[in-house]
Amino acid sequence: MRAPRLKAVFAVAAVAALGIAGCAQSERDSGTQGKKDTLVFGVAGDAKVLDPALASDGESFRVARQVLETLVRPEEGGAKLVPGLAESYTPDSTGLVWTFTLRKNVKFHDGTDFNGAAVCENFNRWYNFTGLMQSPDVSAYWQDIFGGFAKNENADLPPSLFKSCTAKDESTVDIGITRVTSKFPAALALPAFSISSPKALKDYNADKVGGTADNITYPEYATAHPTGTGPYKFVKWDTANKTITLERNENYYGDKAKIKTLIFKTISDLNARKQALRAGEIQGYDLVAPADVPVLKGEGFSVLTRPAFNILYLAINQSGNPALAKPQVRQAIAHAINRDAIVKSKYPEGSTVAVNFHPPSLEGHNDGVTKYDYNPTKAKELLTQAGAANLTLRFHYPTEVTRPYMPAPKDIHELIKADLEAVGIKVTPIALKWSPDYLNATTVGKNHDLHLLGWTGDYADAYNFIGTFFDRPKDEWGYNNAELFAQFKAADSEPDAAKRAELYKALNAKLLDFLPGVPIAHGPPSIVFAKDVTGVKPSPLTDERYSTAEYK
Amino acid sequence: MFRFIVRRLLQLIPTLFGLSLLLFIWLHRLPGGPETAILGERGTPELRAQIRKSMGLDQPLWVQYGRFMRRLLTGDLGNSINTKRPVTDEFLERFPGTIELTLTALLIAIGVGIPLGYLAARRRGSWLDQAAVGGALLGICIPVFFLAYLLKQYFAVQLGWFPATGRQDVTMAATRVTGFFVLDGLLTREWDAAADALRHLILPGLALASIPLAAIVRMTRASVLEVLGEDYVRTAEAKGLTESVVRRRHVLRNAMLPVATTIGLLTGGLLSGAVLTETVFAFTGIGQFIAEAIDRRDYPVLQGFIMLIAVVYVLVNLAVDISYTLIDPRVRVR
Repeated sequence: MRAPRLKAVFAVAAVAALGIAGCAQSERDSGTQGKKDTLVFGVAGDAKVLDPALASDGESFRVARQVLETLVRPEEGGAKLVPGLAESYTPDSTGLVWTFTLRKNVKFHDGTDFNGAAVCENFNRWYNFTGLMQSPDVSAYWQDIFGGFAKNENADLPPSLFKSCTAKDESTVDIGITRVTSKFPAALALPAFSISSPKALKDYNADKVGGTADNITYPEYATAHPTGTGPYKFVKWDTANKTITLERNENYYGDKAKIKTLIFKTISDLNARKQALRAGEIQGYDLVAPADVPVLKGEGFSVLTRPAFNILYLAINQSGNPALAKPQVRQAIAHAINRDAIVKSKYPEGSTVAVNFHPPSLEGHNDGVTKYDYNPTKAKELLTQAGAANLTLRFHYPTEVTRPYMPAPKDIHELIKADLEAVGIKVTPIALKWSPDYLNATTVGKNHDLHLLGWTGDYADAYNFIGTFFDRPKDEWGYNNAELFAQFKAADSEPDAAKRAELYKALNAKLLDFLPGVPIAHGPPSIVFAKDVTGVKPSPLTDERYSTAEYK
Repeated sequence: MFRFIVRRLLQLIPTLFGLSLLLFIWLHRLPGGPETAILGERGTPELRAQIRKSMGLDQPLWVQYGRFMRRLLTGDLGNSINTKRPVTDEFLERFPGTIELTLTALLIAIGVGIPLGYLAARRRGSWLDQAAVGGALLGICIPVFFLAYLLKQYFAVQLGWFPATGRQDVTMAATRVTGFFVLDGLLTREWDAAADALRHLILPGLALASIPLAAIVRMTRASVLEVLGEDYVRTAEAKGLTESVVRRRHVLRNAMLPVATTIGLLTGGLLSGAVLTETVFAFTGIGQFIAEAIDRRDYPVLQGFIMLIAVVYVLVNLAVDISYTLIDPRVRVR
């Protein structure tokens, strides 16, 4: 009895399979292309969204940078602001109205014209976000830079920095802001402020974020139709195979992309990325581990080192252990740490000991600040003077993570711990998983004393570093210094760039006297390409242009 | 039989309800929320509070649970906080990869494990037996991710016989029908796509199969040895039945009962092993997605996933119970 039953099951399955096969049709292009027409680049995570106005993660921005463009941009391989879609940009005498002269004869990928009206449609779109679009989870960078919207729907939102956009003619726009700030126009280089085709925005319902506040869905534009002016056009996002495919924009106004097809493939595991490169499945990847740099170089791969645009600091929470509110104790900690040894032993070539809380390449860097040389004897003296000879401190460090500014958190933690113990400070190590445990434990509440954290800059202005860290009370540092906060406000609202740089210098001096934490290091992250790929210039802001890549 | 299946399926309802409640409380009690993960280093107390408020995470837990249950009852698992896509869509897209991988591993484990275990028992003490037992011990000892790494390094990177990552060559514009890449290739007659997807399954499938293969070899061997000593086997041999009949009807069939139970239990373990294997091979399955969801405190994804796993577990075990009746007619489900 059983055998016929089994046969019947197979028969039914076969008929069903044939039935489905009848429905399924190959939709495949007949043409195949050579490997030299394609560059597959391994990335550590998936892009979250393809509309950069809604993005805040590096992988979404990496895609956006190839497909869409901004009015201003960082220079190739550097952080300095240079023209992008705008050929020039000048402020009026008040610094509140900026005139942008736009490139002519530029077209979006859908064939429509890039002009003043298109720029203003984009700015007005962001400014007029309503409902769920005002969620800080959706429009993070607009809120970070411009604050609020035309009609703030949340009382916590600040008034908007953006005032108006006027298209004076096809190639001239005036953008008005409500107050002078260091962020404008520097922050316009962020991919979040890329200019999209107004037609595509409308056709694909870019503003129709759906669902409810706790259950948001992105609109069609943001998942399948990003349309800009960049050297590559978006083709498809294969979420099942974790790839995003772009294709050369044959009508690009500038130098056309040398490689026809660019594919970003997500390989989250670092070793898997390395093996995929060696196996020839990908022709490059980002976030190379510092320990792999010499190895890959030795194997002949093209390892490019980005100029360091980051900082690792040791944060000291003045609301944690009461002893940490005493300046001598913080100074003792700074003197106890051998930062040279950390940089030499745990950082890649090209790393430097940090003097300020931002990279030296930024205007306002001050070499004349108080320096805390490695001096254990002095550290002990300072601790005795402060009456803190038997100090015990909790010291948090993250696990399962490396950041460009922190290549080996555990090792760095161990070196600092040994230095602190050498001057008599007892250390209780607390290891936590980076996200969200570690971030939560060190930046919320008072239950932390020392921890390692850092920052990679968004755009080329010192305020993006020191302002982000110190311009308001934060649980991370546990101090409330009204005088310091006022000084930050004055620097941010100074319209003259040279004067602002002087104010930053003064702030840096003050910060190193006040010593809320200890700046440790600037580490240059690396990116690697296959042996036969050339042409990409590493960017401190991760603004690499893949359109210049080519096979030897 | 029908009533048995219905009863077992009905038992799912209170199980899932209890699980959902416990899980909801547990997940929301974990330190740090999605807002911390979203903001990363740029988090400020104000921004965190804003995000919590905008997501309704500042509301009492029972209000949030009520909202979750209301959605669940209409078959909606909600949207991922991270990707903003419906959790159901995410699962439908990623589960086929994990199922393909798990099935490959199971096929390898069963296809090799049962014959090997049987032969080892029949030739007890021979070199084959010793190799099988030793190999099984090794299979259980080597961590899956390490074996995966070794296999990949040797067969993919050095020899280039198999692909090192992914489910399909990224330059292959294959047509998608079901999300099962091998099946899709067969259905659309894109034979190269099917073959390519199959090649991508070999190494991760082998790595994932190592532990169940070892368990099945040992279990089959022990079970066959026990059955071989039974009176009815001796009787069958004594009455002159051929060896193949004795083997098929009397030995294998009776020895398979504990093996079937083991396979059922292993299937659940395979899903957790798949998380590691998928990471090493950058294989797009549910495992990687869940690992990321834990890091990002993506509550809807985690809730949906654990509910789904509970359902899979119950169904697999139900299938195992039903398989008993096929293997051993004396077992009758009531």
